[in-house]
Amino acid sequence: MAGNNPNLKPMNLTLRVWRQKNNHDAGKLETYKAENISPEMSFLEMLDVVNENLAHTGVDPIAFDHDCREGICGMCSLFINGRPHGPETGTTTCQLHMRKFKDGDTITIEPWRAQPFPVHKDLSVDRSAFDRIIQAGGYVSVNTGGVPDANAIPIPKSIADKAFDAATCIACGACVAACKNASAMLFVSAKVSQLAMLPQGKVERKTRVENMLAQMDKEGFGACTNIGSCAAECPVGISLENIAMLNREFIAAKATSDNV
Amino acid sequence: MILDSKIPEGALAEKWDKHKFNVKLVNPANKRKYDVIVVGTGLAGASAAATLGELGYNVKAFCYQDSPRRAHSIAAQGGINAAKNYQNDGDSVFRLFYDTIKGGDYRAREANVYRLAQVSVDIIDQCVAQGVPFAREYGGLLANRSFGGAQVSRTFYARGQTGQQLLLGAYSALSRQIAYGKVKMYPRTEMLDLVMVDGKARGIITRNMVTGAIESHSGHAVILATGGYGNVFFLSTNAMGCNATAIWRAHKKGALFGNPCFTQIHPTCIPVSGDYQSKLTLMSESLRNDGRVWVPKTQEMAQRLRRNEITVAQIAEEDRDYFLERKYPAFGNLVPRDVASRNAKLACDEGRGVGTTGLAVYLDFADAIKRDGQDKVAAKYGNLFEMYAKITGENPYETPMRIYPAVHYTMGGLWVDYNLMTTIPGLYATGECNFSDHGANRLGASALMQGLADGYFVIPYTIGDYLAQMPANRVETSHPAFAEAERNVRDGIQQLLSINGTKTVDEYHKELGHIMWNYCGMARNAEGLTKAKGMIRELRADFWRNVKVMGVNEEFNQTLEKAGRVADFLELGELMVDDALNRNESCGGHFREEYQTPENEALRDDANYAYVAAWEYTGPNQPEKLHKEELKFENVKLTQRSYK
Ligand SMILES: Cc1cc2nc3c(=O)[nH]c(=O)nc-3n(C[C@H](O)[C@H](O)[C@H](O)COP(=O)(O)OP(=O)(O)OC[C@H]3O[C@@H](n4cnc5c(N)ncnc54)[C@H](O)[C@@H]3O)c2cc1C
Repeated sequence: MAGNNPNLKPMNLTLRVWRQKNNHDAGKLETYKAENISPEMSFLEMLDVVNENLAHTGVDPIAFDHDCREGICGMCSLFINGRPHGPETGTTTCQLHMRKFKDGDTITIEPWRAQPFPVHKDLSVDRSAFDRIIQAGGYVSVNTGGVPDANAIPIPKSIADKAFDAATCIACGACVAACKNASAMLFVSAKVSQLAMLPQGKVERKTRVENMLAQMDKEGFGACTNIGSCAAECPVGISLENIAMLNREFIAAKATSDNV
Repeated sequence: MILDSKIPEGALAEKWDKHKFNVKLVNPANKRKYDVIVVGTGLAGASAAATLGELGYNVKAFCYQDSPRRAHSIAAQGGINAAKNYQNDGDSVFRLFYDTIKGGDYRAREANVYRLAQVSVDIIDQCVAQGVPFAREYGGLLANRSFGGAQVSRTFYARGQTGQQLLLGAYSALSRQIAYGKVKMYPRTEMLDLVMVDGKARGIITRNMVTGAIESHSGHAVILATGGYGNVFFLSTNAMGCNATAIWRAHKKGALFGNPCFTQIHPTCIPVSGDYQSKLTLMSESLRNDGRVWVPKTQEMAQRLRRNEITVAQIAEEDRDYFLERKYPAFGNLVPRDVASRNAKLACDEGRGVGTTGLAVYLDFADAIKRDGQDKVAAKYGNLFEMYAKITGENPYETPMRIYPAVHYTMGGLWVDYNLMTTIPGLYATGECNFSDHGANRLGASALMQGLADGYFVIPYTIGDYLAQMPANRVETSHPAFAEAERNVRDGIQQLLSINGTKTVDEYHKELGHIMWNYCGMARNAEGLTKAKGMIRELRADFWRNVKVMGVNEEFNQTLEKAGRVADFLELGELMVDDALNRNESCGGHFREEYQTPENEALRDDANYAYVAAWEYTGPNQPEKLHKEELKFENVKLTQRSYK
């Protein structure tokens, strides 16, 4: 790809990286050099290079979560220069490339900061609260087998597309990290609206919204105050409309709830 | 050892129904007395764990990511096949079966593949019932597209994120069983050994990846659903954590390994750009529905392009060679993956490759955009185009994509019988980690199908047959077999930590990857393979003398995790080379340069190699022992595959 990119000069950067041995450790920012970094590298490849150098000098490599490196698994979760997933909108950390930075830049890298996401080590946090919220009702209660033919449930394309837009959430937690209240409303609303829109999900819509929100509160996520930083920082563009829909679902559920 | 595939008697179309009737059942009240361990919660594992939980078994499920929703199934883009024939274009169970057998170059088992095609239709129903938002037509019914190696449109999809949506469906079913207490989930927990009692699989040893705790888990049966081992090559489209550890350690305990050298190299991936590269990104095969693959007709022109003396736009239509359309008019750009990859390599070997390295060909959407408009193209492939732009910094709506083949999928894996049981009683393998349904080459959109077929619709029946025939008493983890396995795991870890050498784990991994790619990749020959075997042995010996793994076991230690996986790859790599060397023919993704037709197509040797090579571990640094499962073709005729 090199041939088509005019600016291929390697860069030298200064990194300020959060180091924390484990959940009990206080943690602090450490400074490292990242030298000879190609603008074609991904952000995580830059960290790989730094880690290889650290290992060679006998310093414990920086722990960070990552897996697919294609922007879909939701594992990567770095807070870069004060923004979840860094400066490029609509992009996960693994899809952020170094061409977005300049030679000489200082880059601060921290973990997600939210009380329901305790730090495991360095930049890796525990997001199991999200799983527990889904376990509280983020599904359609069908067992394997005995379901109708797929085309027996026609769904208008516009609705299927909207449900897909909500279903595309990767549960990375950027919404929580971006929110000053550490609210998980965008995450919860994406699942609630996906299923509320589809005929398959309508049957359990009332209990679903109530139970998922109750679990969200129990996990210690904060309240939503409609600021919208969550949607602004969401790497996959989950829209605030989902929160509006969740609120409607919740009010409707409360008004007619069997769940008292 | 005699390999018994346990294929049921009777006509192909009746085998599965008959078998389902003949298997023993565990009565509903007794199911709660049985514990099943499921390692891996991608499509294959999550679907199995959820379904077994629904049936009433006690399930313990494990994955190495922080949540089951992040398994690499999530990254599958293009779609999932099913013989629904919703398009009324002539599809049928038999056609899907036939295409899969032929696509696999006649190296898969007929009975398994037929069953796969049969249950494919149930998968789509199940996923829709879960709320999976598949693509739909304006009338509200499901949409389909076509994929390589097929002349019908049978692929269901959810934009370019089919794997994500299917996995989230299985994850939701799994979450429901976790909430009910029928499945206990252990995320960030890696299986490091299999525990055998009286010759049967009765448990596993795991490491908690946050605390380092080594733990024993006991069960009546163990299912491995741990995905593919493409990361042997270091660079692949797999996730960084994909590994062979679970299946490799089971192999060392006696499970035979089937067709280890059968690797799929996917034709459309973003080319390598530098040494720092950590992974390769797939551009879905669905793009070949509309994208046209080409290189310049002449070397000179390709050279001028590479030197930036001319631009793509300056190459006239008559100077472009749409080599797939030219050589395979019937299938055109939609030939199977092995054929497309090999032809891209050929074009580059001829000096007609593009990009600075010359290791790339074009995938061009100009005609599709002209014909359908940019909006329509964006609606189909928008997220893939965006991903391409993010990675390369180029706009594929304006200049053609540059692509090159990359390691993508492993058809090989643990040998299993018709019941998906390995050669160890009570140990099952499902999804990509088994060798079963794809022969020497997998067709696009068939892995998602297989993973979900195995998990939702096959294993729930076949495992019941096994459990029904065994007493319900549990083996306690205080049993000496567990203590011994734990000790072995601890010793292995201690050994890695105590070497304190000078080379990092990644350095070894990259070196292994180079060897594998150069000698056991898209084209192989006896001389290269023999050389590679020696190189791998040397590298492995050096690893155990000189690797640097820092820290301790009792902490979150990502280097230690990687070191264990690379240690296993260093052994598996050698077996892949042995297998490739043994198979003196070309078939599917296994291309031995010595065996090709005058038109450079794979030349099979059915008289001598129509078998599954199943390898038995015989001890450290000992040659593995080859067992053969002869493949019988009673329903299709073996022919030279032709896509012309
Ligand atoms: C980029 C990409 C695109 C693809 N697109 C398609 C497509 O469009 N259509 C198609 O049909 N196929 C596609 N495939 C192939 C398909 O996605 C995979 O073959 C399939 O999803 C594998 O599913 P699985 O459940 O077997 O494994 P995975 O989804 O990889 O899951 C493996 C599981 O095992 C766990 N695990 C692994 N090792 C251990 C261990 N030692 N201890 C504990 N847990 C462990 C992991 O945590 C994970 O939960 C694609 C593959 C890739 C890489």
